[in-house]
Amino acid sequence: MSTTATRELQYRQAIGEAIRQEMARDENVIIMGEEIAGGAGREDQGLSDAWGGAFRTTVGLIGEFGNQRVLDTPLSEAAFIGAAIGAASTGMRTIAELMFVDFIGVCMDQLLNNAAKMRYMFGGQATVPFTLLTRIGAGFGSAAQHSESYYSIFSHIPGLKGVVPSDPYTAKGLLTAAIRDDDPVVYFEHKGLYGNTGPVPEEPYELPLGKARTVREGTDITLVGISKMTWVCTAAAEELAKSGINAEVIDLLSISPIDYDHVIDSVRRTHRLVVVDEDTPICSLASEICAAVAQEAFDYLDAPPSRVTAPHTPVPYSRVLENLYIPNEARVIKTVQDLFARG
Amino acid sequence: MDLSRETLIKLYTTMATIRNFEERGIPETGQRAMSGSVHSSAGQEAVPTGVCAHLSDEDYIGSTHRGHGHCIAKGVDPKRMMAELFGRSTGTNKGKGGSMHIADMSKGMLGTNGVVGASIPLAVGAGLTSKLKDLKRVAVAFFGDGAANQGVLHESMNLASVWKLPVIFCCENNGYAQATPVEYALSTANVSDRAAGYDMPGITVDGMDVFAVYDAAGQAVERARNGEGPTLLECRTYRFYGHTVFDNPLTYRTKEEEDHWRARDPLKLFRENVLPLGDITLEELDQIDQEAADLMEEAIKLADAGPLPETDKIYEDVYVSYPTELLKRGTNMEV
Repeated sequence: MSTTATRELQYRQAIGEAIRQEMARDENVIIMGEEIAGGAGREDQGLSDAWGGAFRTTVGLIGEFGNQRVLDTPLSEAAFIGAAIGAASTGMRTIAELMFVDFIGVCMDQLLNNAAKMRYMFGGQATVPFTLLTRIGAGFGSAAQHSESYYSIFSHIPGLKGVVPSDPYTAKGLLTAAIRDDDPVVYFEHKGLYGNTGPVPEEPYELPLGKARTVREGTDITLVGISKMTWVCTAAAEELAKSGINAEVIDLLSISPIDYDHVIDSVRRTHRLVVVDEDTPICSLASEICAAVAQEAFDYLDAPPSRVTAPHTPVPYSRVLENLYIPNEARVIKTVQDLFARG
Repeated sequence: MDLSRETLIKLYTTMATIRNFEERGIPETGQRAMSGSVHSSAGQEAVPTGVCAHLSDEDYIGSTHRGHGHCIAKGVDPKRMMAELFGRSTGTNKGKGGSMHIADMSKGMLGTNGVVGASIPLAVGAGLTSKLKDLKRVAVAFFGDGAANQGVLHESMNLASVWKLPVIFCCENNGYAQATPVEYALSTANVSDRAAGYDMPGITVDGMDVFAVYDAAGQAVERARNGEGPTLLECRTYRFYGHTVFDNPLTYRTKEEEDHWRARDPLKLFRENVLPLGDITLEELDQIDQEAADLMEEAIKLADAGPLPETDKIYEDVYVSYPTELLKRGTNMEV
């Protein structure tokens, strides 16, 4: 990437740029969803692109690619996500947006029983190059039906892949890879990251699906962050350094495939693990990573693999409760200190 | 009836092949200790036959759990279907799918489907591909009267209508969703009445009469190919057997009702309609029946001779690309 010009982009702009560049590169790429443009059907009144996406990640696409490739849909997630899967299996390369992951209930069947299983059930005949964009993250007073971080559900489903970009650079690289990938990929945008800026290469680039990255090197404990929690981990690590604990921080980036080896290699050096997960704890990604480390690196551990997660509750509305719900630096620091206090 | 002799023979051959596949193949599947989740479409042959006669390999269909007839009518090889039912690697799906997932993408057959209504939006998506690429292909979503009450059908009809997609929503109303009679479960007199809600033509035809289905489907397919949008076509039909091989239908329907529909067997009706015209002889139709029966004996023999899947195939085709090691990590599986 060093030869490529970079500039500062917001996370939301990096998402939009990946989509725009892939649509320009491959005419089979289409995107559909609710308010992808907004104001559909009123182009003759100059009212096109009214919203440009509920979080303005897709602004400008309809002007560049037209309303046959940028498709606003009725509020019919089962139909349009199913249709995106059907179109992907018949020659298109499709992107559909589910506005919030909390809405998965109304369309899960299409993901679970068609997108994830067609290739296997059909003996390898079907290829489904389909990307589902959706949103996670609490912290906005949106309560329990617009705030969950249900990525663990998708890790659980064979046939699906999933990524959790944490900054503008990973947002563009992982989305480019997801769109180009021939398997169905669920792409989780964190609402709390949209305004974050960072250097992003102008040229299209792919970051490999299934690879974690180390964002802070350390020797004493491994902290694994998922999506926005990566930055909770780095903030906690800076604080812990003051008391002499040098934490390594891994940004998981992919929820399927999971980069177990990256985590285990780190734990073999640090001998301790805390996974920080904004999703709820039971059968979570945090549980899965702890289980894998316990099974495969037991002899290297000096303390039990541990989790810092949301509680097993829906996301509450009132700010005092919502703040309690989301894992924060203080909980991570306390957890780490407790592990070291064991001796 | 102004159909060519060639078309008549094709229609009858398709129906006879489906009937023989269901009546010979399904019991054989059970005898090989494969699943009982096999659903016979015997009695319903006229519907896929009359509809798919208007389609080429380029067109698409989505199907149901009761989908053998759709496959055969769309040109899927019955010998490979039989091998699939027997769980052989020589099957259409390499033994990974079975009766409820038979697919042949090379024939535009997007899969029989085990979830009621689930294939409907896939057909809508295939119609979208056709429209966006200007392929002039059509997509048929087959579904039953049970799926008529699934939300996904209604969302899909609305979407196909507002996007004017080349889709035919073809309801095989066989009177029963498992053991529940359609008149109990359906709020309208006809499934086709619901087309009005989506601004598309809704037609109900005699689904035991292949010519009635053929005519109505022809109009719907033409409309779709001309870019005029979707049609809801309801075909009133009847399954001669239970929901699955385990089901005794006389627990929820009468012998008199079965006799009434058996008297309207689509193959029998074909003979009654066609033989008096003199184009085709009784001997020719008997010959077609015999050839269909022979084909099944050959299919059964071939299927039995086909190898079972190798054990390591359990990991194949989950993804296009994924570390195989991660498909079994932590499971202590020996394969």
